[in-house]
Amino acid sequence: MNKKTAHELKTLLNKKEISATEIVKSVYDQIEKYEDAVSAYVTLTKKHALAQAKEVDEGKRTGPLAGIPIAIKDNMCTKGTLTTCSSKILNNYIPPYNATIIDKLDQAGAIMIGKTNLDEFAMGSSTENSGIKTTRNPWNLDCVPGGSSGGSAAAVAADETILAVGSDTGGSIRQPASFCGIVGMKPTYGRISRYGLVAFASSLDQIGPMTKDVRDCALLLNIIAGYEEKDSTSAKIEVPDYTKSLVADDIKGITIGVIAELMGKGVDKLTKEATEKAIKLLESKGAKIKKVSLPHLKYSVATYYLIAPAEASSNLGRYDGVKYGLRSKETKDLITMYKNTRAEGFGPEVKRRILLGTYALSAGYYDAYYLKALKVRTLIKQDFEKAFGECEVLLSPTCPSPAFRVGEKANDPLSMYLSDISTIPVNLAGLPAISVPCEIIHNLPIGLQIIGKAFDEETILKVAFTYEQNTGWHKEKPKIL
Amino acid sequence: MKINIDQVANLARLNLTEEEKKLFGEQLSNVLDHAEELQKLNTDNVKPTSHAIPMKNILREDKVVPCKNTKDILKNAPEEEDNMFKVPRIIEE
Repeated sequence: MNKKTAHELKTLLNKKEISATEIVKSVYDQIEKYEDAVSAYVTLTKKHALAQAKEVDEGKRTGPLAGIPIAIKDNMCTKGTLTTCSSKILNNYIPPYNATIIDKLDQAGAIMIGKTNLDEFAMGSSTENSGIKTTRNPWNLDCVPGGSSGGSAAAVAADETILAVGSDTGGSIRQPASFCGIVGMKPTYGRISRYGLVAFASSLDQIGPMTKDVRDCALLLNIIAGYEEKDSTSAKIEVPDYTKSLVADDIKGITIGVIAELMGKGVDKLTKEATEKAIKLLESKGAKIKKVSLPHLKYSVATYYLIAPAEASSNLGRYDGVKYGLRSKETKDLITMYKNTRAEGFGPEVKRRILLGTYALSAGYYDAYYLKALKVRTLIKQDFEKAFGECEVLLSPTCPSPAFRVGEKANDPLSMYLSDISTIPVNLAGLPAISVPCEIIHNLPIGLQIIGKAFDEETILKVAFTYEQNTGWHKEKPKIL
Repeated sequence: MKINIDQVANLARLNLTEEEKKLFGEQLSNVLDHAEELQKLNTDNVKPTSHAIPMKNILREDKVVPCKNTKDILKNAPEEEDNMFKVPRIIEE
C-alpha cells in the first residue's frame, strides 16, 4: 500500500477499499524495515499520525489529502514537534507555531509521518553536512541521496512516505529528486508562502513538492501554493488547478529550448545521452526543439556562492544563545556567549558559509564581491528572459552526473559547489523548474530538468507529464525494496 | 587571495580553533579565487538584482494583536526569569 501514489490511494480511500489507518501503518512498517539502512528521518510522529488516521476513518478529518501520509523537511516549523534543521544549535527547539504550509496540509487532511534529515540549515548537496546523521541513497546505500532535502527524497524513494516537501535554494529539491529517482519541483519564487520555513538565503529559498509522480506533484502544489500576508514576498497571483495541466501528449507546437551550456563539458556521457533521448521523445510528440545559449550561466556558481552565503550570514545571526536553541556553558559576558554558542552549535559547512558571507559583505569587499554578484545575477536573469522570448520551457539534465559516493566530495567544498551548475541559475532567476526521473545508469537514477517562465508551472507540468507517461521511469524502484 | 580570518571570524561572532582557522582560511581562499572570474565581466552599466521577481515595499496596517503563546515561546529559552529572556550581565558594575 505504501508503494502507491497519493492519487491512487485517494481513489481507494474514496471507494472505501482501504482505511487511512491501514495506509499509515503500512508506511510505518516500511520505516521499521528500511530506516536503519536509509536514515531518512530525524523525528517520527507515529502516535499523532495514527490518531489523525483514525479521525479520517471516522469521517472527522476531511479534505483533498485526507489520510495521505507526508514527510516534512526538518527546516519547516511544526508546532509542538521538534524542528532541528539538522543542527546542534537547534537540537531542542520546539516551535510555538506552524509554518503556513503545515497549516495548509493540516487543513487538507494530510498526515505528517515525521521530519526528514537535511544538510545543516539546508547548506549542502549530500546530507553529509547534517549535524545529526547522513542519509543514504535507497538505490545504492554507499551513495548520497543528494541534498539538502536528501531525507525527503530518500523517504519517498524508499516508500517510507507517500508525499514529501522540501526546500530549494540552489537545487535542494531537484538534485536529490534526481539522485533518488523521484519527482521534485521548485515553484516560482513567491508562489508558496515561506512563513515558518527557517531562512537560509531569503532571495532564493522556495518550498516545493517531492513525489512519486507528476500527478502527485500537481495535487500537492494545489494545496500549498498561494499568497499569504505573513510572507510579504509571496505573490498575489491566482493559483490555477494544476491537475488540469496533466494531459499527456498535449505539447504540439510548444517550443522547448535545450540549454547548450548544460549539455557540454562536465556532463557525464550517459547522462547526456539520456537527455538527448528525452529530447527526441518530446520532439516525436510534436514539440519544436531549439538549441539555446545562455552565455552567463558559467558564472552562476560563483555568483550564487557569494549571494547565498551573504544572505545566510545575516539570517543566521539570530542563533546567539538568547531566545532558543543551544547556549554555551562558557558565558562570562555577552560576546563570549555568542561566540562560544555559535562555535559549539554550528557544523563546518555552516561556519564556512557564514565566514564567506561575512567577508563578502564586509567593508572594503562589498562592491567587489556582493554587489558584483548582484550585477552578474542581472545578466543571468536577462539570459533566461532572452531564451524565453523564443521558448516556452527550457531543458537540461538536473545534474551533470548520477549520485556520488558518501565521502567522495566531503573534503572538497568547491567541487561539491560546482556540481550544482544546472540547478543554481534557476534560483538566481527566480524561475520554476521540475526534475523528473529519466533513465537509470548503473543502477542509479538521473533526472531531467524542465524550467518554465515565472508563474508558469502549468506548462512545466504538461511537458513533464507527457515525458513521464511515455517512458515510465517513475515506476522503477530501488533494488533493496 | 589571502583573507584575515581572525577579523572575519570576529565579525561573524564565531570562535575558531587554530585548525579551523587554517582549514577555513584555505578553503575560503579557493572559493574566492574561483569568484575572481566574475571580475572579467564588464558590469559598468548593469543594475544589481536583489530579488528575481520585481517587488516594491509591501505594507500592512500596523495593528496590535495579543501574543497568546508567551509560555511556549519561553519554553525554548536557555534561561528565563519573570517572563523574560535572561542573558549574562551586559553593563559592568
